[in-house]
Amino acid sequence: MLNNINFGQYYPSNSIIHRLDARFKLIITLGLIIVAFVAFNFVSMGIVALSVLTMMLVSSVPIKMYLKTFKSIWFFIALTAVLNIFFIKGKTPLVSFWGVNIYAQGIEKAIFIAIRIFLLLIISSALTFTTTPTSLTDAIESLLKPLSKIGVNTHTFAMMMTIALRFIPTLIEETDKIMNAQKARGASMDEGSIIKKVKAVIPILIPLLASSIRRAYELADAMECRCYHGGEGRTRLNVMKSSVKDFVALLLFFALIAIVVVCNILF
Amino acid sequence: MSYIEVENIEFSYDDEEGKILENFSLNIEKGSFVAILGHNGSGKSTLAKLFNGLNIPQKGRILIDGIDTADEEKMLEVRNKVGLVFQNPDNQIVATIVEEDVAFGPENLGLPRKEIRKRVDNALESVGMSEYVRHEPHRLSGGQKQRIAIAGILAMEPECVVFDEPTAMLDPRGRKDVMTIISKLNKEMGKTVVLITHYMDEASKADRVVVMDSGKIIADGKPEKVFDEVELLKSVGLDVPQPAELIYKLKKAGVAFDDGIIHADDCVKAISDALEV
Repeated sequence: MLNNINFGQYYPSNSIIHRLDARFKLIITLGLIIVAFVAFNFVSMGIVALSVLTMMLVSSVPIKMYLKTFKSIWFFIALTAVLNIFFIKGKTPLVSFWGVNIYAQGIEKAIFIAIRIFLLLIISSALTFTTTPTSLTDAIESLLKPLSKIGVNTHTFAMMMTIALRFIPTLIEETDKIMNAQKARGASMDEGSIIKKVKAVIPILIPLLASSIRRAYELADAMECRCYHGGEGRTRLNVMKSSVKDFVALLLFFALIAIVVVCNILF
Repeated sequence: MSYIEVENIEFSYDDEEGKILENFSLNIEKGSFVAILGHNGSGKSTLAKLFNGLNIPQKGRILIDGIDTADEEKMLEVRNKVGLVFQNPDNQIVATIVEEDVAFGPENLGLPRKEIRKRVDNALESVGMSEYVRHEPHRLSGGQKQRIAIAGILAMEPECVVFDEPTAMLDPRGRKDVMTIISKLNKEMGKTVVLITHYMDEASKADRVVVMDSGKIIADGKPEKVFDEVELLKSVGLDVPQPAELIYKLKKAGVAFDDGIIHADDCVKAISDALEV
């Protein structure tokens, strides 16, 4: 199981969305999330939903993959919806029982929230499904670059993210080894009360921490051997390039904003 | 002038008592293939980090092609000349894609993109990993990862490569692949190679073997000569290659052999000759 971890959930394909510049994708994703919150009525929400669903289809990632992401969160969606049904108050109750009043506004709000969370999930998954972790990090570094003018060390931040991504599989493998080693010494991991289970984590965490620190030292040596001296004077093999399609995507996104704003006012 | 000149150095770590190296001198010629042997704690890994200025000696000095490793302004130049490959490939790979990891060194040198591309492709070809250019390193085997780590050093085009127990964590197949590459670097690409190891069969492939024990050199010379000193090596807890061991035992039992038989094929020939007489 550990050999096939897909961190970052990247789904390899060659769709137009996969080929977009990661920087544009990141900006549009953030923008879409805001738009999903800005859409106030059913017409504008419907337009947002329609565009997001189109995006989902164009990404050529199987719908199954998207559905999987709902698995862990459907309970949360249901809970927020139910809370809204019971706690939002309007003028005249639709039904009342046992002293609880349910209003039309409450139901409306509940549906809205549910759609909104679904859309947010699809939007953010679409980004991680179609973009490799490496290009995401590069995009973040590139977008944060203006901050380096006011003294924020954006290169170090991006390097930290790259190394973290690089070591996730290594550390998962290591955790597996340590767990097996502790089991072989008679440790039980999945029995007993919660307190016992928490205590069982300690003999895994401590060796993992110790070995991570040792790894960090060795990696630092190896990086220095390869002439690493911070971001200064560093060039890159893969440079991010934006092309016409990226600007078209951005224009489409702006059009969507305009339509949503107009619909918000009209309806 | 030798390529690497270690002149009478003394070295100890800040947080540890006792000197790791004291009154230590060693010269390594350009284009040579030197193996440094010693068991754990003999100071051989410390020495590796002294060769490219990761460690700076407290006394004495180390010259790389005439440049003092203690000269901070020339630090990058020294590290570009002497590449270092470590034992654990996992802890040397920086990026999540093979080609980006190999590009890490050239990127740090600030080379133009075209040049980086060329060097990455060449380096991957020399280690026979061209087809893995877009792979994720964590899915590769130990031997393949170590070859990527070597490619990462080669892409900086160093004149000398120091290997610090590069095969200690690999399976037999990975060991063989890495050893083939190390020999190729020296014989075909003309690089100066320093191989730090505790495997005798690996050391016997070098032109020169230096044996270290508690921070001192106790034997230095051609492998044929060094591995003839079976008793000396055993006294510091080291083995000799199996053929040398066999010849040593036969000699002790009274059979006459020439000196300097350390490779398996020489050994076979010597024994069959002895049987014919």
